[in-house]
Amino acid sequence: MQYLFLIGVDADFTPDPNATPDPTKMAIEDWGAEVEASGASIFGNRLRPAQDATTIKVRDGELIVTDGPFTEGKDYIAGFDVIEAEDLDAAIAIARKHPMAHDGIVEIRPIWPL
Amino acid sequence: MPDDVSAALARVHGEEWGRIVATLIRVTGDWSLAEDCTADAFESALTRWPVDGVPRNPGAWLTTVAKNRAIDRLRRASTEASKLRDVAIMNELDELPPDDISDDRLRLIFTCCHPALTMEARVALTLRTVAGLTTGEIARAFLVQESTLAQRLVRAQAKIVNAGIPYRVPEGHLLGERLPGVLAVLYLLFSEGYAASSGQQLVRVDLAEEAIRVARVLVRLMPDEPEAMGLLALMLLQHSRRAARTTPAGDLVPLEEQDRSLWDAPAIVEGRALLEAALRRQQLGRFQLQAVIAATHAEAAATDETRWDDIVAAYDELARIDPSPVIAFNRAIARGAWEGPAVGLAEVDLVADRLPGYYLVPAARADFLRRLGRNAEAAAAYEAALGFVRSEPERRYLERRLAEVS
Repeated sequence: MQYLFLIGVDADFTPDPNATPDPTKMAIEDWGAEVEASGASIFGNRLRPAQDATTIKVRDGELIVTDGPFTEGKDYIAGFDVIEAEDLDAAIAIARKHPMAHDGIVEIRPIWPL
Repeated sequence: MPDDVSAALARVHGEEWGRIVATLIRVTGDWSLAEDCTADAFESALTRWPVDGVPRNPGAWLTTVAKNRAIDRLRRASTEASKLRDVAIMNELDELPPDDISDDRLRLIFTCCHPALTMEARVALTLRTVAGLTTGEIARAFLVQESTLAQRLVRAQAKIVNAGIPYRVPEGHLLGERLPGVLAVLYLLFSEGYAASSGQQLVRVDLAEEAIRVARVLVRLMPDEPEAMGLLALMLLQHSRRAARTTPAGDLVPLEEQDRSLWDAPAIVEGRALLEAALRRQQLGRFQLQAVIAATHAEAAATDETRWDDIVAAYDELARIDPSPVIAFNRAIARGAWEGPAVGLAEVDLVADRLPGYYLVPAARADFLRRLGRNAEAAAAYEAALGFVRSEPERRYLERRLAEVS
């Protein structure tokens, strides 16, 4: 199955710099390398922050272009990965090692082929 | 229908429903199909057994009917695209021995209790597929509309398919991570039966007994898990008091006023034996500790002979595992019972502001104040508690106490 990981910044959470490092948390380069090497990675990357986003809508034939992301809140998406995994537990096993699972949030969304 | 047939059907339903559904899900991957075919098999039994007699091996009879029904339905529903897969499934169904010794119920329980499902979905799914309660029975137990419950089940089953929740018992360290969640679902199921939080009736026995039944299956399938044993022990010990918890009118009887001769002695014996077996494994956990507390109550011939110091010690350990305010509160009550109402009051006040809106806090304060003879303050506290209480028997209890101090 294919899953999209939405890597999110959790505006309500600040990681404690003095906390004992969690051994299951990987550095982003290591995580990327491991996911590539295992063949699970299809495509993924970091995203420019929300202030560099542009949102468009077409309403009544009119194109409306706005500066900023489409989500209203302070939380935003900082990256994404498309992963091939056997099932949800396998996807979770991959996602939980991502550094942002520890410092932010990761949403795991199944891809629904058209 | 003759009594012995309906008795046999009821017994077999409890024993076989979950087993048959679990196996059909494993083979076909289709939850609705599995449930429908199992329901068909039991309906078949309803018509055939009164005529032909109860079969020598009822489980095998039902499994055969269910799997044949599944083969039938797959054959009819098979499309060009699904044909290859369906034929493979039908073959596997065909070869399924009626006396299938593999027990897929553990997979079923872990899948129903997967953390990716909402808690409500986990409880509903467990009751429907493992315990075999009908949608109507579950809806009534939770005081929701049947259509709401049906929707909840449909949603949950869709999530399982769409998100790829695997039908498997987690392995290795993942099992250790997921087992507490399973136990929590079963305990929630049990507590809903043990003390309904809203509505007229205090004890809904059926849900508690379903929870105990499923917990028994879990213990049988996971004989090396002390927390599973601890959970079952806790359920048995708490359930042993059910006849004494309410008056015939449905009013609440607090522990210290209960007629202990009404406690279910065999359940207590079984619960204590299970607990001792669990504790011997030296892997203490929250359910074993709660069972220790329940067992300590069960052993006392009267409230004032209760070993409150043992109970406080168990709460000390529990608080180490789980620093939640509810545990701190329960520990405060126990300390009050052991060291007197002044200590109890002080301890409750230490945790009170971590539990806003929890009616037991003012109720406990009121009780300690009443015992200290501080009636005016006790009355105020009982009134505060009445503002939050949600079940009729508990309301009547508080009103009775309020009258005593007014």
